[in-house]
Amino acid sequence: MSALVQLVGVSKTFGDAAAVHAIDLSVERGKTTVLIGPSGCGKSTLLRLIIGLLQPDSGQIIFDGAKIDADKPARRSLGGGGIDIVRRHVGYVIQEGGLFPHLTARGNILLMARHLGRLENEMLARLSELCALTRFPENLLGRYPLELSGGQRQRVSLMRALMLSPELLLLDEPLGALDPLVRAALQKDLKEIFARLRQTALLVTHDLAEAAYLGDEIVLVDEGRIVQQGSLADLREKPASSFVSEFINAQRSLAVI
Amino acid sequence: MRRIWNPGVQEWFGRILIFSWVPGFLIFSASAAEQVQIGSKKFTESYVLGEIAKRTLTDAGISAEHRQGMGGTIILWEALRSGQIDIYPEYTGTITQEILKRSDELTFEQIANELGKAGIGMTEPLGFNNTYALVMLRSRAEELGLHTITDLKNHPELKFGLTHEFLDRQDGWRPLAQHYQLNPQNVIGIDHALGYGALGKGSVDVKDAYSTDAKISENDLVVLEDDRQFFPQYKAVFLFRYALPTPAIEALRKLEGTIEEAKMTRLNAEAERTKNYTRAANLYFEDSSGSSRLRQGYGVASNTFGETFPHKLARWTARHLELAGFSLLLSVLVGIPLGIFASRGGAIGHVILGFAGIVQTIPSLALLALLVPLPFFGISVRTAIAALFLYGLLPIVRNTATGLQDIPRALRESAIALGLSPAARLWQIHLPMASRSILAGIKTSAVINVGTATLAALIGAGGLGEPILSGLNLNDHATILQGAIPAAILALLVQSLFDLLDRVLIPKGLRL
Repeated sequence: MSALVQLVGVSKTFGDAAAVHAIDLSVERGKTTVLIGPSGCGKSTLLRLIIGLLQPDSGQIIFDGAKIDADKPARRSLGGGGIDIVRRHVGYVIQEGGLFPHLTARGNILLMARHLGRLENEMLARLSELCALTRFPENLLGRYPLELSGGQRQRVSLMRALMLSPELLLLDEPLGALDPLVRAALQKDLKEIFARLRQTALLVTHDLAEAAYLGDEIVLVDEGRIVQQGSLADLREKPASSFVSEFINAQRSLAVI
Repeated sequence: MRRIWNPGVQEWFGRILIFSWVPGFLIFSASAAEQVQIGSKKFTESYVLGEIAKRTLTDAGISAEHRQGMGGTIILWEALRSGQIDIYPEYTGTITQEILKRSDELTFEQIANELGKAGIGMTEPLGFNNTYALVMLRSRAEELGLHTITDLKNHPELKFGLTHEFLDRQDGWRPLAQHYQLNPQNVIGIDHALGYGALGKGSVDVKDAYSTDAKISENDLVVLEDDRQFFPQYKAVFLFRYALPTPAIEALRKLEGTIEEAKMTRLNAEAERTKNYTRAANLYFEDSSGSSRLRQGYGVASNTFGETFPHKLARWTARHLELAGFSLLLSVLVGIPLGIFASRGGAIGHVILGFAGIVQTIPSLALLALLVPLPFFGISVRTAIAALFLYGLLPIVRNTATGLQDIPRALRESAIALGLSPAARLWQIHLPMASRSILAGIKTSAVINVGTATLAALIGAGGLGEPILSGLNLNDHATILQGAIPAAILALLVQSLFDLLDRVLIPKGLRL
């Protein structure tokens, strides 16, 4: 197994809290890596750095062996790591789905493929495939985001992220706003989807149960630094600091798993 | 001769305005070149004289257009000098005081000489002397025993309702008050036509008037004698451009010495009674000339005053929509891109929003007056459209900027993260999402434009303001309503049209 994305000594500071300090992180191919930690610890910032919504103050982000240079437009660096090219190989799902309200579910999913001028019948075939994969009823594709439930919206958002068969899927608290039953169903579906696609995924959550259920590798972040990295068992049995124990014990529901 | 406008300011304004609008106005640039353009000031006598000049030229086989009631002295003079009009009626006293800016009385030859230096010719006097006068209700004057202006000195409690022009003129109120040592407690500025109403109701006691004004006999007023000879001579003449073809000048000169005071007063009375300036002008020809001229005249006249009300209404409305519609189109084409720039914030954004905001605070009349002396504008439809365009700009710029800024950050970032190019983000995501706000801005501009376009008539650009203005001038409410009611209905229609457009143009997903 090799790293699809590597962060080497990446730092980013803002005026306020959610900064990161000299982070080293590898996202392994075909695995689900979960970033977990208290709110404001910098886990979402890491995702935003990878997708190029933020530029690191220092350090490097290496995507598939090539350094991402967000300042370099895609046109001038097709062979290099232009951020626009990187973005086409990365799917991004956020908490409220980030669906555009003026486009139907179908319009949202096909937006980027249409922008790239993909063939209509190829796109529609891919769309059917994704509906089956995410268990989304095809007859709802003509609905607008406001006409869909929260869970349905997240499935559409997931389809949009998967449309171009990305090498990396970034999920920022994708299930955070859903009620427990819908959430459980989606967790189960996500796990199956990741397994079936052998999808490399980097997921941010504050729920340790979700992290343990979905993650091959759990990365605990606090105050912009990685505190410990490993399986849930590692974190539970060999906590690197008292913070790790505290964080794990705080989430008692874990006992049932 | 002194210029009215500081050249530095004019040049600066000109540069800004021309660069932003040249493309839109090319359409209008060549429209009026072939016809002789006759201007007139915004009062009955000037309208009638304008009609007389038009008919005289037309009878001589020269095509002429009369642009009625374009404004005051400065607007007409600037329009004449810059060639936007070729002829307009003026008074010798006004020329000396307002145009040549001289405080001493000049001889007729001296005036002609001075005007010649500006390339402007002057006919011999037309016959009558329409000087300023102070008038009062006969009953009130008798009650107080007032006969002369000097008598007013003993009654500082009398209320004076004077026209704005008279208040500001160099030969107007201030020197008059000084000359007669008047010191009234209450002097207000009021529109000339409305002033007669105020006089009748007793809300003012003394008002300025022209000595040939038909209202003097109509309203049973008395002229207070100018016992210390303050008012200068105001002999009526036509001013014309030397560049005018000789036959046109010759035709115009035939009017010299043909209109004595009694006749002018009668024509004015006829104009006010019938609300028809063309008919009043025709009366001049019926009185004064042979049968061949008369017959020709009827042919011309029937074309103009045979116009039925529905026909007139259609013409006003069409022009009104043309003015409001074309200016709105320009506001949209310029306002949306400006709004997009402004939405990005920073110094440029502040400058754009600031500029649009400042324009909105300039009173519409002042904005028209500012534009008139500029090259490319003048007394024309172009100026009206430019002013309306400026007024329509702010709501569109501001709503576009706000609509774009209100798009949630998560959605902006989703569009970036998808890998959409900046252009695709603007066209496929940002503008559709801001469409409701942008359309609301356009709707506001459209309604404002339909209302404000009534002012276009002030500079002879026509529209539904035409009946409003002449109604105001004639103090005739029915005529005012002929323009005001259709304008109000039009504004409501525009509003509902945009409500319909909302359903077509705002994406369904945003209307749930």
